[in-house]
Amino acid sequence: MATTATIDAMRPPVPAEPGSGVYSKKLGMWVFLASDVMFFTALIGSYIVLRFGMTDTWAKPGAVLNVPLTGINTFLLICSSVAMVKAYAAIADGKKYFLRKVPGQTLQDGGLKFWLLITILCGAAFVGVQVVEYIKLVGHGFTPSGYREGSLLAEHALADPIRYGAGVGGMYGSTFFTMTGFHGFHVTCGVISMLYLYFTKVLPEKYSAQDYAGIEVIGLYWHFVDLVWIILFTIVYLV
Amino acid sequence: MTSVAHAKHDAHGDAHHAPMSFWQKYIFSTDHKIIGIQFLFVSLFFLLVGGLLAMQIRWQLGFPGQPMPGGGILPETMAPGGVILPEYYIQLVTMHGTFMVFFAIMPLLVGVYANFLIPLKLGAHDMAFPRINMWSFWLALLAGLIMLSGFFMPDGAPRCGWTMYVPCSARPDLSGVTTAQKLWSISIVVLGLSSVMGSVNYITTVINHRAPGMTWFRMPLSVWALFITAILGVLALPVLQGAAIMLLFDQSIGTHFFDPGAGGQPLLWQHLFWFFGHPEVYILILPAMGMVSDIIANGSRKPIFGYHSMVFAIIGIAFLGWIVWGHHMFMSGMNPTLGSTFMVSTLLIAVPSAVKVFNWLGTMWRGQLHFHVPMLNAIGFVSMFTIGGLSGIFMAATPVDIPIHDTQFIVAHIHYVLFGGSLFALFAAITFWYPKMFGRMMNEPLGKVHFWLTLITYNMTFFPMHIIGMGGQMRRIYDPTIYDFLKPQQYLNVFISYSAFALFAVQFLFAFNFLWSLKFGKKAPLNPWNDNGLEWSLPNPAPHGNWAPATPNVYRGPYEYSSPEATDTDFLPQTRKLPTDRDPVPATLSGGH
Repeated sequence: MATTATIDAMRPPVPAEPGSGVYSKKLGMWVFLASDVMFFTALIGSYIVLRFGMTDTWAKPGAVLNVPLTGINTFLLICSSVAMVKAYAAIADGKKYFLRKVPGQTLQDGGLKFWLLITILCGAAFVGVQVVEYIKLVGHGFTPSGYREGSLLAEHALADPIRYGAGVGGMYGSTFFTMTGFHGFHVTCGVISMLYLYFTKVLPEKYSAQDYAGIEVIGLYWHFVDLVWIILFTIVYLV
Repeated sequence: MTSVAHAKHDAHGDAHHAPMSFWQKYIFSTDHKIIGIQFLFVSLFFLLVGGLLAMQIRWQLGFPGQPMPGGGILPETMAPGGVILPEYYIQLVTMHGTFMVFFAIMPLLVGVYANFLIPLKLGAHDMAFPRINMWSFWLALLAGLIMLSGFFMPDGAPRCGWTMYVPCSARPDLSGVTTAQKLWSISIVVLGLSSVMGSVNYITTVINHRAPGMTWFRMPLSVWALFITAILGVLALPVLQGAAIMLLFDQSIGTHFFDPGAGGQPLLWQHLFWFFGHPEVYILILPAMGMVSDIIANGSRKPIFGYHSMVFAIIGIAFLGWIVWGHHMFMSGMNPTLGSTFMVSTLLIAVPSAVKVFNWLGTMWRGQLHFHVPMLNAIGFVSMFTIGGLSGIFMAATPVDIPIHDTQFIVAHIHYVLFGGSLFALFAAITFWYPKMFGRMMNEPLGKVHFWLTLITYNMTFFPMHIIGMGGQMRRIYDPTIYDFLKPQQYLNVFISYSAFALFAVQFLFAFNFLWSLKFGKKAPLNPWNDNGLEWSLPNPAPHGNWAPATPNVYRGPYEYSSPEATDTDFLPQTRKLPTDRDPVPATLSGGH
């Protein structure tokens, strides 16, 4: 024993697990999100450079794009983020159920199954609205290569070149469809992943108050996608 | 609180060890060592493809207009009667660069050695996400095949140089290529995905899966370098992906990002490409530097000189690498003030790079030098990288860059750092970890012959390129003899071409040695290089799961060679417990981290 004590004094102790204290799946998701930040930075940065590099003025907000519709869509996506937080909080408390009566309250208490379903529905609705928006825009003549010749928007642009940004149509279409398209792709991936989790893990009640890493990790991704949309909505639709 | 709640998830990565079928074991493997070996074979194949393209380039530059031996097998659209057409020549140049950078050197360094070494050197059972790791390999192979398929399209492979400058690459009427230009963009997007998946894995593994006692500053420099490289990969590749997607949309769905006629900006492509491209340069050299550090310490039987400064130099190079991309664009018409900023930041990189070179010299100084094949190649790396680094300082200075821009001098520089640097380091690494991968040694005398012949023919090939570049030979010209001012130095082009053919031929020694030793090499002893690394505490080749279910304890840093504490040997493995060593204390007792 005496020798051990001497040795202890000679060498400083070294921690056995010098990890980050964050479990690997979550850490991996954070690192992936960092790379996704760089991806959107490339798209958004290019948009800023291209837009400010134009000699003609940009189209006025709301002239081409339907801002109220997308405003509602933004609200839907924020709602789905709230529902995701509720889902996370529910399973952290061990609530695996769909809905359950609470004595003395009119509203029932939602569990993981309920809140994750709401998240998925809101996310899917967002994608649905975006698809409708795209179809309408293309129908009006707004395409990735600009205002289609002979279309309604091309006529508008001819009549009011400042409001519709007649000189910037090509760049407007390129940046709009690329940025919102890739965001929509991210939302779609998120919805598909959540559906997968819903059927393989949530419905069979594999998550518990001790183990809900999947929900936390997909939640991180979901909030990130939501955040990107808030930036995109602001810079693409509102300014 | 959550970290405790989810503690059991980290055990998830541990493989269970039921017997597996051939397909599970070697094809759809999730074992990081097998994935590393898969990457090795695939990227050596692409290295051969890139080399064959280079030989054709050299034939054309040395003997323009003459039928190429064996060129008869090429179709009429490429080389009628074996004479290389200008359209085919630019495809050769483009695809040589693309294959070598994206599908040979990058996967050889990162795909092979990050996969193979990180878990083995850190005492982990596997990567943090073995299945994502498998996907990363298959996506890389898919990307390579998409790129290769360009040659089989009716109008041939992409033509605009490996940097794919717009508007050439965005407009088929300028490049003359429709399908293959799109395939290039698609391939790069897929490759980026593969790279990001790999890098997420490497970063998570390094942070979370180190063995007890393996603190940050006990990690081998190879792991440090691969870790920092992974960070560069995670942040740089998505930018290239974004740019490639914009290019793809310009090529296919009619967007106008790079089309000046509709307000697009060709210069934007250059900025995006080089914002990725310069960190990429360090992705291609940092892992080489790390592995060479390990091998030089081993071959010198001395601790690495200035371990901490080596780590901070890696971090410094990686950081500075983000703010220097403009030095690729001095001639693009950018503001001269901005050019000076990029010049200064570029020159700054020489400082951490020189720290590394002097530390390698300091390590060898008065060491017990063992000139085994990895050590020879590592010394080759240091000397050749120094030449390439010094010519890099030339180009960083705007006044010097203006005349030598886009000449063969640039070609000489890139090959001194990428061939003389990365590839020599890879010869060292392949030989050094060959016994760990395959359980056999590569042939020593053959390795030495290969090293010396490569060193000689390599310098004969690339050194004269500095001279013809100074003489004004442009970088991608089809036929130097049509310019009067280049005619007097054409004899150098002929000399370079003969040297290049010799250099290519010498590589078959290595290929033969590599393949022959798989079956007939000497059985490797447990620790053939008397190395301190954790990986040598396992049998050769290491079993699936590495140490699982056990985990090795780490007692010291990786460079304790000729330590006075070890009385019986001149090395002290990281796992060897001396009577004075304590076991690492459990995490719960060490307080928060």
